[in-house]
Amino acid sequence: MNIIVCGVGGQGVILFSDIIAHLALAAGLDVKKSEVHGMAQRGGSVTSHIRYAPRVHSPLIEDGTADIIVAFEQLEALRYIHFLAPSGVLIYDPLRIEPLPVQIGLVEKMPDDLLNKRIAARAPRRYPVEAFATACNLGNPRVQNTVMLGAVARFLEFPVNLYSRVIKALVKPQFIEQNLQAFAAGSQLIPPPET
Amino acid sequence: MNKQLLSGDEAVARGAWESGCMVAAAYPGTPSTEILETLATYRDVYCEWSVNEKVALEVALGAAVAGVRSLAAMKHVGLNVAADPLFSSAYIGVKAGLVIVTADDPGLHSSQNEQDNRFYGLSAKLPVLCPSDSQEAKEFTKLGFEISEQFDIPVLLRLTTRVAHSSTVVNLEQRVSRAPLGYEKQLHKTTLLPAFARHRHVDLEKRVVRLQQYSETTPINRIELNDFKLGIICDGVAYHYAREVFPNASFLKLGMVHPFPAKLALDFADRVEEIVVIEEVDPFIELHIRALGLKVKGKDVLPRTGELNPGIIRAALTKNTPRPAPEDDIPNRPPALCPGCPHLGIFYSLQKQKVIISGDIGCYTLGALPPHSAMDTCIDMGASITFAHGADKALNNADPRPRVAIIGDSTFFHSGITGIVNTVYNRSNVITIITDNRTTGMTGHQNHPGTGKTLMGEETKTIDIAQLCRACGIENVIQVDPYNLKETRKVVHKTLAEKQPAVIISRRPCALLVGKQGQAKAVNKEKCIGCRTCLTLGCPAISFADDKAVIIATSCVGCGMCTAICPKGAIE
Ligand SMILES: Cc1ncc(C[n+]2csc(CCOP(=O)(O)OP(=O)(O)O)c2C)c(N)n1
Repeated sequence: MNIIVCGVGGQGVILFSDIIAHLALAAGLDVKKSEVHGMAQRGGSVTSHIRYAPRVHSPLIEDGTADIIVAFEQLEALRYIHFLAPSGVLIYDPLRIEPLPVQIGLVEKMPDDLLNKRIAARAPRRYPVEAFATACNLGNPRVQNTVMLGAVARFLEFPVNLYSRVIKALVKPQFIEQNLQAFAAGSQLIPPPET
Repeated sequence: MNKQLLSGDEAVARGAWESGCMVAAAYPGTPSTEILETLATYRDVYCEWSVNEKVALEVALGAAVAGVRSLAAMKHVGLNVAADPLFSSAYIGVKAGLVIVTADDPGLHSSQNEQDNRFYGLSAKLPVLCPSDSQEAKEFTKLGFEISEQFDIPVLLRLTTRVAHSSTVVNLEQRVSRAPLGYEKQLHKTTLLPAFARHRHVDLEKRVVRLQQYSETTPINRIELNDFKLGIICDGVAYHYAREVFPNASFLKLGMVHPFPAKLALDFADRVEEIVVIEEVDPFIELHIRALGLKVKGKDVLPRTGELNPGIIRAALTKNTPRPAPEDDIPNRPPALCPGCPHLGIFYSLQKQKVIISGDIGCYTLGALPPHSAMDTCIDMGASITFAHGADKALNNADPRPRVAIIGDSTFFHSGITGIVNTVYNRSNVITIITDNRTTGMTGHQNHPGTGKTLMGEETKTIDIAQLCRACGIENVIQVDPYNLKETRKVVHKTLAEKQPAVIISRRPCALLVGKQGQAKAVNKEKCIGCRTCLTLGCPAISFADDKAVIIATSCVGCGMCTAICPKGAIE
């Protein structure tokens, strides 16, 4: 399984990826997870590659071979769309966060309809998931990532009880309850997978 | 067996701990920082943030010669700073094992260059180990201590960002403690007077010959025979990329690239029809293969710049159909200073000033970008002050612009102090601005001599930057609060006008350390006239829509700098 996770620094891409990687480890698989931190915290674009299988070599996913892309923001979805396999699924938050050069008027904003069209053209199988909005409704925008996890879980084959076990292991004790709630809310946001 | 997912950095720390390492020293630097951050959590190893990498290596060397296993860690450019002790350390050798970790950054994810530190091994005559994943990062760290002791030489462990920051599965083992060997004076070995050093050089060459024999037979240099048509020679993470693209090829996988296992390579070449060297950045392995007179494909088809990945290797070496291309023209998302960052205030005060500003390395380097555009150079840590000094000597009165150097607090302690002393001693009119945000911000908030805390969490003396500058002979040392924009601006402009040696300390803790400082600000749409003055602050929490300013409430920390600069009082 090849999964790309992308978003903006501070959105929780890294914790999300950690959870997926630990799910795979707990399921007895070989797993590699690769991300570049460093300047991530400064509002830059962040991506993480996760691969799991009985044996994994490259920590990086090749262009055109991601089974799933999880995007926490729409521009980032488009930025990494070339990783998607022809049959791959894009799960994305329809949220937009404009890069600073756009905010301050140095670079033109990409119109919403154009962005949507370009995403649609390259991702026939795609699911918008209002994870940020749902997280805000739950009272904590920072659980956007676990809302997303709930939605993405529909496309993964891990047993349900494994999720709560891994969330409990990786999230700070005082935030576990909130994250479990967010996970449950997220799992309602996508229709069950087509059979 | 206990399996865990560890990053390469965490695995090095684990390996050092399991090896009974007792002393570890580092200066932070991506992608190496997490090695010491992790090792410090195993309470039985003394860990410190040294003032810079040269200090860190000398500390670790001192500890190794004094009889305990020691480790020094740094990013690739840190080894330039530590190059002086590096070369000497090969001469004097060790008593207990010494592993020096260099974390290279192909792709320049967060560095100023892409240098390949395998060449330091060649040049300083040290063994170089290159792990390909976290399990190997741990094993090679442990092996490094053993090689170091067996051959009486420090061992260079070379990670790359992709190894340091990928998490892969690692088998954990227990720590094996080792009794300290104690210190014993060995004048001829550890005192590099020319007369003694000559002998040490001869001895070093002998150790290198023995290491060469070791390299030929060590199991970390291994042939994996498969289809004999294609033979791939590689090290580090390139091995995994190549395995992905050529699952049926034969491999010579090198874990130890220096001294180079020449006989092993010749043996491999005999068994395959064609040799391809797949390695990141420079042709290190390739040079050795070519020196053996072998025909080889390598950097003639593979790039010397940037990271490799399976796609690049596939495109360069196979006839497979091209993979989908990325979309172009998506607005870039460069990193930016954070909402409420105190650096915003000092850069605001420098706007529209006619000055020559040499910068340095840290978060504040982002001040080079619009809308601040308040920095002309970023070279290496500490270069701001010395560069300004050189420019001052070149320009004298020919150019009326004041020479300003901007340097962070951690960078100042790392290598700015010598620059200040030099400006005073050699009499230049450099105005130095020290952006003192009370932490090493860029690399994730490490303590330093100005914070009063050590890596292991102990209280310690706080070194006062202002006093230090005065002691160095700067008479005009002024401290400002960058949140107080008016005062800061006044002080900066006055000092620029004077063109006399001065240090301005812009002091306010990093906004990420402080968190929310008050209610998020909001724009009063009635009062906002859309003049865009607030945008010149460069705060990422301020945006624009329908010709009015908008404050992104979830990002705003409530620092109030924008409130102060709005000419209409529209930000409340
Ligand atoms: C020789 C060397 N060592 C380490 C680094 C990594 N590094 C870049 S900036 C920096 C420190 C920045 O801290 P500070 O000067 O306090 O500025 P801040 O980021 O807090 O604004 C470090 C450690 C480097 N680039 N070069």
